[in-house]
Amino acid sequence: MKRDYLLFILFALLVYAVPTFFKGGYLLNVLVFMGINTMLAVALNLLLGFAGQISLGHASFFGLGAYCSGILTATYGFNPWLTMVIAAAGVGLLAFGLGFPILKLKGHYLAMATLGFGIIVYIVLNETVALTGGPSGLSGIPNLKIGTLLFDGDLKNYYLIWTFALVTMLLSINLAHSRIGRALRAIHDSEVASRVMGVNARLLKVQIFSLSAVISAVAGGLYAHTMSFISPASFGFNFSVELVTMVVIGGLGSIFGSFLGAALLTILPELLRVVQDYDIVVYGLLLIVMTMYMPKGLAGGVAACWRLLRSKKVKAVENAQG
Amino acid sequence: MLRLKNINTYYGQVHALRNVSLHLAKGEIVTLIGANGAGKTSLLNTLSAITPARSGEIHFQGEGIGTLPPDRIVELGISHVPEGRQVFKPLSVEDNLELGAYLRYRKKEKIAIRQDLEMIYELFPRLRERRKQMAGTLSGGEQQMLAIGRALMARPKLLLLDEPSMGLAPLVVQEIFRVIENLRREKGTTVLLVEQNAKAALALADRGYVLETGKMILEGVASELLENREVQRAYLGKEKKEIWER
Repeated sequence: MKRDYLLFILFALLVYAVPTFFKGGYLLNVLVFMGINTMLAVALNLLLGFAGQISLGHASFFGLGAYCSGILTATYGFNPWLTMVIAAAGVGLLAFGLGFPILKLKGHYLAMATLGFGIIVYIVLNETVALTGGPSGLSGIPNLKIGTLLFDGDLKNYYLIWTFALVTMLLSINLAHSRIGRALRAIHDSEVASRVMGVNARLLKVQIFSLSAVISAVAGGLYAHTMSFISPASFGFNFSVELVTMVVIGGLGSIFGSFLGAALLTILPELLRVVQDYDIVVYGLLLIVMTMYMPKGLAGGVAACWRLLRSKKVKAVENAQG
Repeated sequence: MLRLKNINTYYGQVHALRNVSLHLAKGEIVTLIGANGAGKTSLLNTLSAITPARSGEIHFQGEGIGTLPPDRIVELGISHVPEGRQVFKPLSVEDNLELGAYLRYRKKEKIAIRQDLEMIYELFPRLRERRKQMAGTLSGGEQQMLAIGRALMARPKLLLLDEPSMGLAPLVVQEIFRVIENLRREKGTTVLLVEQNAKAALALADRGYVLETGKMILEGVASELLENREVQRAYLGKEKKEIWER
């Protein structure tokens, strides 16, 4: 428990120090995306890794957050901060209402229901052209502003996005170590047993689903205001699957794992530009190999390497003494 | 303390409990015996509201509890040790025990919870040794102890035990039954014990009920049930010939 917080502090310091080493605009831009993906992966991990409930429609909450914030500012001239709050509250309420019927479903059926919801949102975003601009997207979304500080450059956006990402991580770590986190893992393992312990499993599942949706919507708002242009293509089924991949590759139930998964899946497509048309093949192969050799995800892999190193060190010390 | 009247429970179309009535006095150990599929587990699940009754009345300490959700039942002081133990396998032993006190955390009873944790470790020293271990790595007997300890963390007035002897070595069963007896003696916990091991259960209990295909067919003082010829034939493994053609 203490170790997690220590790790978090080190991680936060590292995050804030990074821009002093990389001045390049392109790389910072990738890191901004990584921050948004980290928020989304951590949010989904709360649902998937802790409570054990699948969602194949999380990109839709991200999209609804982005569009809600985007439309209210670009078309109606609201203050961006206010619209982000409205977007988060609106998506939260929607997820809460949606959660009660669909979280009664389990496993594959829940996957189908969330998938269906994601597709509905995607179609609505595409078809309500007057409101969303349809497939050609929505542009002219203003940047966020604190006083006279306008978040318009990559460096400013980097600090903005990562502050939100770090807060998300800290909240999630707190949640994971609380009695609620324990109850979520209990539901994951056996819902009936958790209920006879007095855990209100139905309500708790809906609550965590809503929390996860709210964080995704906030990430969506940040995305809209930093990119100033959004189109439905970013919020489709593919992205929902990519989010699940980030969580699984990173390690189910590990907050830092979600960061690792998000980082890998953000950077990998950029790195694979060198192999050109074969990128998708290499990408797929890497994912297969990783799931085979790191069944507990990157977080589990890192922990295993750490233990191995330590045991070697102990042996080396023993050998030196002996 | 607990009174069930004309309970009917269904799984979809299947009528699992037919007009079942039962009562427990404070401090009693009562056992419920019966064959596979007789409805023993259904009765406990009905009591803890996992599968609520379709009709009938349940009164606990004079209060109607038939329509309450599971968490309220736990709050009122009924803890259920489910069939097949159902410990949370990927969680540590201590996390499992703390989950048992889930509803009490809300009331800020941290110190009392720590004390109860110590009490459970006194009761089952083996759990203390393995407190950081994942529950899934425990032996069957240890998991049963954990499941009982977890239920006790809610400070129940009434403990529902669903086949604690299932799949355990006879020596371990003895140990677990001894703990149940001690609990009653020291804390006055009332126990409703569901068992297939009718002999051991009747030896421990004050009274017993016999359930057959969803209906209560017999009830009585445990020692009398042990002597009952029908019970001996059906549940104590004595041949029909031995009893009826003597």
